[in-house]
Amino acid sequence: MTVQEALTARETDPRLEGIIKLAILAVGGQGGGVLTGWIEALARANGYAAQATSVAGVAQRTGATVYYIEMAPAGDRPPIFSLMPAAGDVDVMIAAELMEAGRAIMRGFVTPDRTVLIASSHRALAVSEKTAPGDGIASSSEVVAAAEVAARHFIVDDFDALAVRNGSAISATLFGALAASGTLPFPRDAFEAAIRAGGKGVDASLRAFAAGFGAALDETEETTTDTPDGQRNVTGPEPLMRAWSGLTERARQLPASTAEMAEAGLAKVVQFQDLAYGTEYLDRLDDIAAVDQGDGTLTREAAKYLANAMAYDDIIRVADAKTRTGRRERIASEMQAGEAQVMHVTEFLHPRAEEIVSMFPAKMGARWAADAQRMARLDRWFNRGRRMRTDRLFSFLALYVVGGMKGWRRRTYRHAQELAHIESWTGRAKTEAERDYDLAVEIVRCQRLVKGYSDTHARSQSKFSRVLDGIDLVTGRDDAADWARRLRESALADEDGKTLDGVLATIRSFV
Amino acid sequence: MAERSFKAEVEHLKLGEGETFTGEGILAITKALLESGVGYVGGYQGAPISHLMDVLADAEELMTDLGIRFEANANEAAAGAMLAASVHYPIRGAVTFKGAVGVNVASDSLANLASSGVTGGAMIIVGEDYGEGSSIMQERTHAFAMKSQFWLLDPRPNLPSIVKAVSDGFELSEASNSPVMLMVRIRACHVTGSFACRDNQRPKLTASEALSDPRSDFSRVVLPPMSYAHEQDKVNNRWPAAEKFVRERKLNEFFGPGDAPLGIVVQGGMYNGVIRALQRLGLADIYGETDVPLYVLNVTYPLISDEFLEFCAGKEHVLVVEEGQPEFIESQLGSFLYRAQSSVKLHGKDLFPMAGEYTGAVMLDAIEGFVRQSAPAMLPAAVRAPNVEKPETPDLSKTVPIRPPGFCTGCPERPIFAAMKLVEKELGKHQIAGDIGCHLFASLPPFEIGGATMGYGLGPAANGAFDGGGEKRPVAIIGDGGFWHSGLSSSFTNMAFNKSDGVAIVVDNFYSAATGGQDIMSSRADNATKLTKHPISKAIKGVGIDWVREVDRTYDVGRMRDTIREALTTPAKGPKVIVASSECMLNRQRREKPLRQKAIKDGRRVETPRFGVDEEICTGDHACMRLSGCPSLSLKKLDDPLRDDPVASIDQSCVGCGNCGEVADAAILCPSFYRADVISNPGKFEQWWAGKRAAVIGWLIRRRATRRLAFGAAS
Repeated sequence: MTVQEALTARETDPRLEGIIKLAILAVGGQGGGVLTGWIEALARANGYAAQATSVAGVAQRTGATVYYIEMAPAGDRPPIFSLMPAAGDVDVMIAAELMEAGRAIMRGFVTPDRTVLIASSHRALAVSEKTAPGDGIASSSEVVAAAEVAARHFIVDDFDALAVRNGSAISATLFGALAASGTLPFPRDAFEAAIRAGGKGVDASLRAFAAGFGAALDETEETTTDTPDGQRNVTGPEPLMRAWSGLTERARQLPASTAEMAEAGLAKVVQFQDLAYGTEYLDRLDDIAAVDQGDGTLTREAAKYLANAMAYDDIIRVADAKTRTGRRERIASEMQAGEAQVMHVTEFLHPRAEEIVSMFPAKMGARWAADAQRMARLDRWFNRGRRMRTDRLFSFLALYVVGGMKGWRRRTYRHAQELAHIESWTGRAKTEAERDYDLAVEIVRCQRLVKGYSDTHARSQSKFSRVLDGIDLVTGRDDAADWARRLRESALADEDGKTLDGVLATIRSFV
Repeated sequence: MAERSFKAEVEHLKLGEGETFTGEGILAITKALLESGVGYVGGYQGAPISHLMDVLADAEELMTDLGIRFEANANEAAAGAMLAASVHYPIRGAVTFKGAVGVNVASDSLANLASSGVTGGAMIIVGEDYGEGSSIMQERTHAFAMKSQFWLLDPRPNLPSIVKAVSDGFELSEASNSPVMLMVRIRACHVTGSFACRDNQRPKLTASEALSDPRSDFSRVVLPPMSYAHEQDKVNNRWPAAEKFVRERKLNEFFGPGDAPLGIVVQGGMYNGVIRALQRLGLADIYGETDVPLYVLNVTYPLISDEFLEFCAGKEHVLVVEEGQPEFIESQLGSFLYRAQSSVKLHGKDLFPMAGEYTGAVMLDAIEGFVRQSAPAMLPAAVRAPNVEKPETPDLSKTVPIRPPGFCTGCPERPIFAAMKLVEKELGKHQIAGDIGCHLFASLPPFEIGGATMGYGLGPAANGAFDGGGEKRPVAIIGDGGFWHSGLSSSFTNMAFNKSDGVAIVVDNFYSAATGGQDIMSSRADNATKLTKHPISKAIKGVGIDWVREVDRTYDVGRMRDTIREALTTPAKGPKVIVASSECMLNRQRREKPLRQKAIKDGRRVETPRFGVDEEICTGDHACMRLSGCPSLSLKKLDDPLRDDPVASIDQSCVGCGNCGEVADAAILCPSFYRADVISNPGKFEQWWAGKRAAVIGWLIRRRATRRLAFGAAS
């Protein structure tokens, strides 16, 4: 039958292989439109037919968004291009953010047979990652690992930082990386000509383009993570320095696994208070080391969390941090304020009666804190937002004086409270260490829950107590440490403690 | 001032015969309107046709020169009603809005228009907001075209086809005395390409000329018995006329061999997707020369029975490519076949998914399945029996977070919802209804305020059932866009008339912001052709609502919180309305940034505020994040073995709106935030004085440093 003969399969049109399909996944506001415009102009200026599309709309408001370009050598007729990327059919995938690269992989736009993936390793965190009380940041390494499997060739660097360093936007560095990738059949100067033809911020764009080009070629220069060598830059008067060396020497006597952490902890508590407080820290640590019959994890974790507990966040610490050497310089460099500019710095402080009372002598503080009327009076006097201009003398002095009250600190109500907390928490861990080493470690780690100021601090403390109460319920079981870990992690999952409630309910169901 | 300016592109609209236009789809549509001798244009913004409204606004001068009237209509219903000019007068008119929601709003005027019928060509350009990037419920405009007999054009998504559809559409409208809809999908609005221009035409009769020679004819009025006659006229005259025009002018297209046992019927807008699938299956070449016959419906309503049956002749299998549901086209074509007692097997939703976008993968799978069923020999061996194993890529679905749209950096709406969240912490959760607009992002984390949206301008109306009040008051949020769109009548007079005890918060950001920053009645901008600067509070008081509070700086979280608390607790009866006003930051930055940079360059004194975080003081509890969600307020992992949780960090995209400081204060969060105001080109005295202060402060700091150990960062 003639019809059937015409119906046999024919070879795929070889010219179809000439179509280059390029998709850009970005976060709304990143300038994906500019990059799309350059690529399109580049193709048209070099004898290619090109078509670009995008998905506008509310996604542009900080949401994930997509741009798509197809191009092919121009013929006598316009080729039929697709308006959207198809899974398994993308030649170049540009992801202007690392999780968007992950999203591109999930959507099937990155395949090992054809896709060159150019991704920026920087992160624009999604709201869900930021709001978790603990560490909710998605794993970049998982995405990088997936990209290495999924892509034919994977080019990754922090193209955002590179752009910022060159006073431009990520679109320019990514355009440079695209040029360097060799995926488009155009020479480098054709890319640069497209930027020039665009006409906006040409010099900065060209600089960033060159940086992106270089970074994409030099694959060894991936995002470096600094590993501190443990050398702390400590300076001060001679007698103090001598005493400090003595203490660090003592910290170094601890098992190797703990020593480094203990040194960091020591620095923290000494900065918080003084050298005597540092000695106290090491004493407490020795007490714990004495009951550590395990692999040293208990002591190492204690070195970390004891330092955090001892260097609690009181107003003296805050005032000191805001009036310390180097802060102004740090802010000025962050704000890119030069010599010829003046900088005002405004602090947002909001003391309540609780903060005032915390500075009272211990016994008096306890009395006042228990007296609702007195607390209400203090609130009337003090409880309001204070905007303090620390570039001005008066405000600076006020904080400077508070920051210098370390001598008073040990007598305060707050200090007494914190000491009681430390005693009971470490005591608990020490007692447990003999019976269930792993559980003791988990108890020590629960200090991570205590953080924040005012209400947030109060909530975090209540979570801490609820977790310890929960641990009480499972103590003595074989899997107690495991439950303790789950309790702690659940407490960090959300603000209101709903996940923690769930875990507690589960525990109650079997004890 | 709209978000995107098309002033430069508008120059291309002046191109004439023999010249080539290269650019975006929406600009091509505008050019086609000018070439068609349109007499008036209007519409209401909304993705994906927001930019069309912006182009029209930017082209107003050019259009005025041609005698074309441009109206930025108050809403889609007003836009639809404007087409009434084409009922009696031979003037071509076009309006644009987004589908399906714009059509819903306009339905009253559109149904009346369709019943009356038109003399001059009347066209509605609908931006079909379906699939990826869509901001609305997933529905089809198609149903509306069918119920009121609008002829629905769905051209192939390339510039020449879209441009041709505009001029064909006007002629079709006039030939059949019916209004037409031109449907363009999201990507088609933004697709780029080229087409050969024709000269722009002045309208044969302008709207102002028509006023000199008024016409009326009661037979066109939708009243009995004329309305019965309209229906008969539609079915007996207009419809056949339309079918005749579509056939004779060959608006629908045929591609591929005439002789094959299979064929594909495709909506014009889906053509490129089908060709791509055929290309990947080796059944079409780069130019779309296909081995599978295609019947491309550039007019998807009405469907032409004869034309379709001719296409089916000699075929055993026919596939319908129709995106969305219900599958109106497939059902109609099926009934054509049934009535013709045809044995052709009709495929469509058996191979395609009933709901959702026809993506590249969906299209490839369905068409491959179709060919496999109807002519497997056509498939290349590699497709018929694939033996390439696809490598496993790790599953990232648990890793990659969702990224829904949200408030921009510095958005003035953020502090309103931060305040609302603080009030809810005090007074408990409330019944909250939302409207349409950026404020609806507040229903997402971190705020999670508002549980429903019932339509544009309908936020407070959506609380109607709760107007009687109870232990707690219902709260409704509405934007200024929604307020002027229809909110004043549908929501506020509704509240006032029914003596509602509820609370309404009007988010006034000076623009119809979510749609791209178009001016509205209460905009503060000078607008040469539109009336602006009319406060919303005046309108509210005008409808008899007395309890109105204005907060003219939303960033004042404390005041915002107190005002909301007052509205929820005051013993005052009747509706309580808060108008919270601050300019959309996206627009403000676009306006002010160049001015600021110029001022710095010119040597004038400029203060640039930005926020920062003392990372030593931040404890990493992220309480501030839960009251912000600002893109510039992010997290940073510290290089400190003692710290587990990342701390807050503000990047340089911060615009210094103030929310961080205000929230830290109002919610009593923590003292780690600071604001740094960098003053460029300070005065001589200012600089001298700052130097003195810095000297004293520096001395104090050094003094203390000599008595203590100083701990630099680990190096």
